[in-house]
Amino acid sequence: MSAVDTTTSATAARRAPSSRGHVVSDSIAIVWRNLINIRRNPELLVFATVQPVIFVVMFRYVFGGAIQGSLPAGQTYINYLMPGVFVQTIVFGALTTGVGLADDLNKGLIDRFRSLPMARSAVLVGRTGADLVRNFFVVMLMCVVGFIVGWTIGTDFARFVAAFLVILAFAYSMSWVFAIVGLSVKDAETAQAVSFPILAVLVFASSAFVPVATMPGWMQGWARNQPVSVVINAVRYLTIGPSPGLSAASVPKAIAWIVAIIVVAAPIAVARYRKAT
Amino acid sequence: METRSEPAIVAEGLVKCFGDVEAVRGVSFQVPEGKVLGLLGPNGAGKTTVVRMLTTLARPDGGTARVLGLDVREQAQQVRDIIGLAGQYAAIDENLTGRENLRLVGKLTHLPQAEIGARADALLERFALSHAANRVARTYSGGMRRRLDLAAALVHEPPVLFLDEPTTGLDPQGRNGLWDVIENLVEGGTTVLLTTQYLEEADALADNIVVIDHGAVIAEGSAADLKARLGATVIEVGFRDDADATTAAGLLASVGGVDREGKLVHVSVPSGNGAGSMFDTVRALDDAHLEPATLLLREPTLDDVFLSLTGHAAEEAEGDDDDGDGAVKTRRSRRARRQAK
Repeated sequence: MSAVDTTTSATAARRAPSSRGHVVSDSIAIVWRNLINIRRNPELLVFATVQPVIFVVMFRYVFGGAIQGSLPAGQTYINYLMPGVFVQTIVFGALTTGVGLADDLNKGLIDRFRSLPMARSAVLVGRTGADLVRNFFVVMLMCVVGFIVGWTIGTDFARFVAAFLVILAFAYSMSWVFAIVGLSVKDAETAQAVSFPILAVLVFASSAFVPVATMPGWMQGWARNQPVSVVINAVRYLTIGPSPGLSAASVPKAIAWIVAIIVVAAPIAVARYRKAT
Repeated sequence: METRSEPAIVAEGLVKCFGDVEAVRGVSFQVPEGKVLGLLGPNGAGKTTVVRMLTTLARPDGGTARVLGLDVREQAQQVRDIIGLAGQYAAIDENLTGRENLRLVGKLTHLPQAEIGARADALLERFALSHAANRVARTYSGGMRRRLDLAAALVHEPPVLFLDEPTTGLDPQGRNGLWDVIENLVEGGTTVLLTTQYLEEADALADNIVVIDHGAVIAEGSAADLKARLGATVIEVGFRDDADATTAAGLLASVGGVDREGKLVHVSVPSGNGAGSMFDTVRALDDAHLEPATLLLREPTLDDVFLSLTGHAAEEAEGDDDDGDGAVKTRRSRRARRQAK
């Protein structure tokens, strides 16, 4: 019995005191856990890789002919389309952040994490971080497929990289939005059901697939200024270059949206996590 | 840390409301260091909510609670350092292997990196999961999941352990296995609070029992105390015909309270002297040359206690018959041995 006591106190002494200093190491542990989950969960892997590839190919060949006519002169649909498909994919992918958290909550894993002396923000930072890693590979893969079906960069390598970063940053901000949804509902199915209308309004009432000018007047104000359109326009500007309807101003506007979304959503999500029941 | 004179777990007037519903209405109790408290009550009594408050998962709306002297509200993070929690559902990541699950908890409880692997392996060994260490937890049986869950709660060697219905949904074999583990932990000095709706479980494991119903404590004491106070020992004598039974009922009124139903006579006697009363019964019958067909002594069970306290029976314990009274008695004597040490 005394042997056990000694081990207990010895272990306690060797353990680093728990404090905010663990945010980074705790978050990395959660990232590791979530990445293993993605790797071992075939559904997630398919959602993350096959679906975006199909989207690129389908939109390119199915809608390409119909929409080409309404594009500003000199633009090809594939170059117009790719930024839209990127952003559409990562916004839909952000849903998995919420679904994953709802699932953890439902299975009691969030309770386990909350009962451990770990940093309060680590579960969310780790979850959104793992989703960022996943998005990195998804966007890479889509770039490759895009190049195969005829996508071209009209600017230079630096602007291409900037476009890539804008897409990832926007993906990260959307993960935080859907983290709030995931922590507010009772299970993964509900998270999916609740998220879908939000996604539809964001993605389809945007410039992702068709020019905003073809939409009814009352919708254009929203469609032109909402974050998905602004980010897509910034990515178009960075990959196509200056052309009618695309201006350099969309880039700072997109960054402003991304920062604003994270600044608002992250604290709400962490507060939800703290008192999740 | 200065020496603490107070018990390991102290709850004082805990209150928790969900909207208009007062789920927990002023619950107080204490658990001395190294002891097991059984929190007993039917579904919805508020057991889980009490555990959630003590483990910092829910904030009390009233009252205070301390674990090893640390306030669950004001010093929540320090409390998390010294407690382990195994909830009603096995809170494990199904896509990680058993070993990976334990390593994850090791990282999150900030064990030194070099020790995490050895600690995980030792726990897998101890919970008979070594053979499945590298299999994803999705493939585990219910009992294996529970064992892994409990192992995860023990990674950082917490001196205080909370178990919320640890054996719900387990088959009798799994339940026995988990009881062994809990007893071993207590022998090693761990303080345990466990909730259960199985009376035999509280009876077998707990040094002290707190009975709650509708969010309030309705009785407290050791299993023996509760039974002595609230249950009665009954001597049941069966006869071959009603006439003998009627005669015997008259004779046995000197031994205790008599209640005759056809050929059966029940004699209620004070708890604690069952054998003596049994002897008196046999002597009275022998003097009158009445030969009983059956004769048995029934000690009060916690079921009787619960019924007399709440006016309704506790949840039926599943697998009562398979598990058998024999198993319970073995446990009881084991606890007695533990206490004697």
